[in-house]
Amino acid sequence: MSAATAAQRHDCIVIGAGHNGLVAATLLARAGRKVLVLEAGSQAGGAAVTRAFHPGFRVSAAAHLLHLMPAQLQRELGLEARGLKFVGTQLPTTALGADGAVLGIGAGLSGTDAAAYAAYSERMRRFGAALAPVMGATPPRLGTERWQDTLALLGIGWRIRRLGRNDMRELLRIGGMNVYDLLKDHFESPLLQGALGLDAILGTNFGPRSPGTVLTLLYRLAGESAAGGGLMQPQGGMGAVCDALAQAAVAAGATLRLDAPVAQILVEGDRASGVRLASGEEFAAGCVVSNADPKTTFLKLLGARHLDTGFVRRVTHIRSRGLSAKLHLALSAAPRFSGVDAARLTGRLVIAPSLEHIEQAYNHSKYGEFSAAPVMEVTLPTLADSGLAPAGQHVLSAVVQYAPYALKGGWSDDQRRAFTALLIDTLERHAPGLRTSVLGAELLTPVDIEDEFRIDGGHWHHADLAFDQFLMVRPVPGATQHSTPLAGLYLCGAGCHPGGGVMGIAGRNAAQQVLKAGDRT
Amino acid sequence: MSAEPRKGIDFRHPLLPTPFHRRARELAQADSFVAWAGYTTVDVFTTVEQEYFAIRNAATLYDLTPMVKYRITGPQALDYLNRLVTRDVARLRVNRVQYCCWCNDAGHLIDDGTLFRLGEAEYLLCTAERQIDWLLASAIGFEVEVREITEEVAALSLQGPTSCAVLKGLGLAGIENLKPFEIGRFSLGDAALTVSRTGFTGDLGYELWIAPQAAEALWDALIEAGRGRGIRAIGSQALNMARIEAGFIAPNVDFISAEHTIRIGTERSPLEMGLAWLVDFDKGQFTGRRALLAERARGVARQLVALDIQGNKPARDSLLYVTPTSKREIGSITSAMWSPTCKRNIALAMVEAPYYSNGTKLWVDIYLNRELVWERRMCRAEVCERPFFAPDRRRATPAGDT
Repeated sequence: MSAATAAQRHDCIVIGAGHNGLVAATLLARAGRKVLVLEAGSQAGGAAVTRAFHPGFRVSAAAHLLHLMPAQLQRELGLEARGLKFVGTQLPTTALGADGAVLGIGAGLSGTDAAAYAAYSERMRRFGAALAPVMGATPPRLGTERWQDTLALLGIGWRIRRLGRNDMRELLRIGGMNVYDLLKDHFESPLLQGALGLDAILGTNFGPRSPGTVLTLLYRLAGESAAGGGLMQPQGGMGAVCDALAQAAVAAGATLRLDAPVAQILVEGDRASGVRLASGEEFAAGCVVSNADPKTTFLKLLGARHLDTGFVRRVTHIRSRGLSAKLHLALSAAPRFSGVDAARLTGRLVIAPSLEHIEQAYNHSKYGEFSAAPVMEVTLPTLADSGLAPAGQHVLSAVVQYAPYALKGGWSDDQRRAFTALLIDTLERHAPGLRTSVLGAELLTPVDIEDEFRIDGGHWHHADLAFDQFLMVRPVPGATQHSTPLAGLYLCGAGCHPGGGVMGIAGRNAAQQVLKAGDRT
Repeated sequence: MSAEPRKGIDFRHPLLPTPFHRRARELAQADSFVAWAGYTTVDVFTTVEQEYFAIRNAATLYDLTPMVKYRITGPQALDYLNRLVTRDVARLRVNRVQYCCWCNDAGHLIDDGTLFRLGEAEYLLCTAERQIDWLLASAIGFEVEVREITEEVAALSLQGPTSCAVLKGLGLAGIENLKPFEIGRFSLGDAALTVSRTGFTGDLGYELWIAPQAAEALWDALIEAGRGRGIRAIGSQALNMARIEAGFIAPNVDFISAEHTIRIGTERSPLEMGLAWLVDFDKGQFTGRRALLAERARGVARQLVALDIQGNKPARDSLLYVTPTSKREIGSITSAMWSPTCKRNIALAMVEAPYYSNGTKLWVDIYLNRELVWERRMCRAEVCERPFFAPDRRRATPAGDT
């Protein structure tokens, strides 16, 4: 550590300039800390970047819609003033069925489902609103005798109780259910069931019949309730969000270094004392805040030797294998989805014709195969944001389930080609003529996501959102509330509560914990 | 699991014979066998008294084969072991042995054992219970290979004041110069024979390690060499008496492995077990270090101590009190016996703070079954030094030639 000069000594080093890392860096710098953000990639944003995938075509590399970042946090960080604009908010969702059936979720419904949907969405909105504060807060610790923890636990109970007797009963009834049973209870239309069910399993390792899928849905709703803007498309893609975040961090006084991959978290006297880059350069710091996923942070950057065996074993058991892929198409012309009007085309198109269809798509993944009939969340970002492609040409961005990380035989070029062709065929059925307009295609499997964004297992949320990996046990007991067994080392990424999605809350809460602990050089 | 069924074992006879089994069977007059780690071993050969006195006055053979043995190799074997055990393994030189223990994250004792350094990056860890799950979990992130080799080694413990003389009779040149906790390499016929000056009796003694094929030859040669030196085979009961006198702890008797406890609060830390001398806080990270530092800072809640008890009736399973009329127990006995050699009524006991310091006077209630008539006696007890029995011969080098 003697190699580190005074100029290289900081109060806080943030590993990774993902959105959470940037939020944490900004808030720490604003609190007067000398902050250094080290990003392995050559642009800030982690997986929330906009980047080229075909000459002249750019796309959000992972998530393509913003719906979880609280408006309050955006204001606090001054993102609008730093150029963040939305070309669409409260975007509609349209379900595409077999043989050309199209269903607009919400206003497009009719018959008994319309009434059922109104009641269902109103109730789920109430649940989301009740749980929203849980999403925003650092969860309490279990098994302590601290009054703050007891109070926080009582607070969660109180918010649920305050829903009133009927809603509370309903929430407790459905909380542990699977989304398949829930939606079958409420709706008749398979197309509606499929579209609503997709939100519960997108980015997860679950099928609609998997236990805990109502939980993931509630999680999403609580996050959206806290965010408040519905589905939003940032101008310039998700990268624009992180560009604004990076500007906020720099404006607050943080130093941002790109192309600076961290190889090792340094330890001195049983506390994190800095980092060493892959280049060998060392930086000293009072504390290290990792935006990397828990496995990468603990097993690769820190190393098992600095941790206890039981903790390391728990970390290796975090379920973090991605099952979502991303498809990017460069199109010579705007695709025409039969039966979808122009207003709905700028929103979200969902190919998940029924819950059974999703479950069958999921079945393949259990045996290391990609889905024979995959489900997709499709957006056409260039319809509202023409700057992402050459004039008159378009981008299709789709989140695809299910593409297992550990595909039988591995993601060879043949397998990639086969899956890409399968996805284009699927799209072609809903948008005849699309295939002939394809100028270029990029498939990001979980393995590619792991390689490009350094997320172990290529899981969007760093770790599955499930009962045993959420709230006060996320990512694992012993590393909750953003602190870790090693003094001076904190987690601020999606592996922490409240989890993945471009949300920024984990980064904000981590910064608060660091400030509370008072670690400085 | 597609592993083939192990040869020589079927469901009607699930216990394995050790390589010494045929020899032991011939001598097992009491026909008293017990299961130990999947093997059948002798509990008592003739009578416990006869066997015990042989440990303290002559030489004894005890079949150690069921002791679980792990071979640990690889470029990071030392780093791995230093993270695993509480002691500083960097201080262990080649051909030396270290007594050690290891903990879980909470600083609770999983097991103790002996660690043999056989080469630059080759170690042997001997434990009473199987530990492969914990050892492999501890190997995550280390370039190390951990392999159980229990069945590949026949092990025999030769203990007692004439043990060195017996080995000399076996032709092991220079054996008397082997220091305590040192490893020597010899041969017996064509077989390589490894001898370590270690044991569980607190007496002069050795442990012998040989290929299973040569086990019976070793046994026969020892019996032959020990003929004029009172050698006899002993079972687990006699050994247990010697280990209490030596003040050694036994798993499932004096503590329950933290991996096996079910009830909260029944785990024990090395600080509580009187093993603080095995815990090196200065060597860097090891599993349980942070928890043990916290425990040390807040004070150790209870400790295993040696007790000297009035009378001659063993205080088995007894409870401890501060006064003879007190209703509140402040501890309990884990091991107890009348020590024939020390002529003292001794015990190991877990005692709550602040009653565990040396010289503290306590009371023990002892229940006596006198031909089915029960009597309760309150006896005085005093916390005393461990071990109870520590003859100079156990350390003397060159070893005595009695």
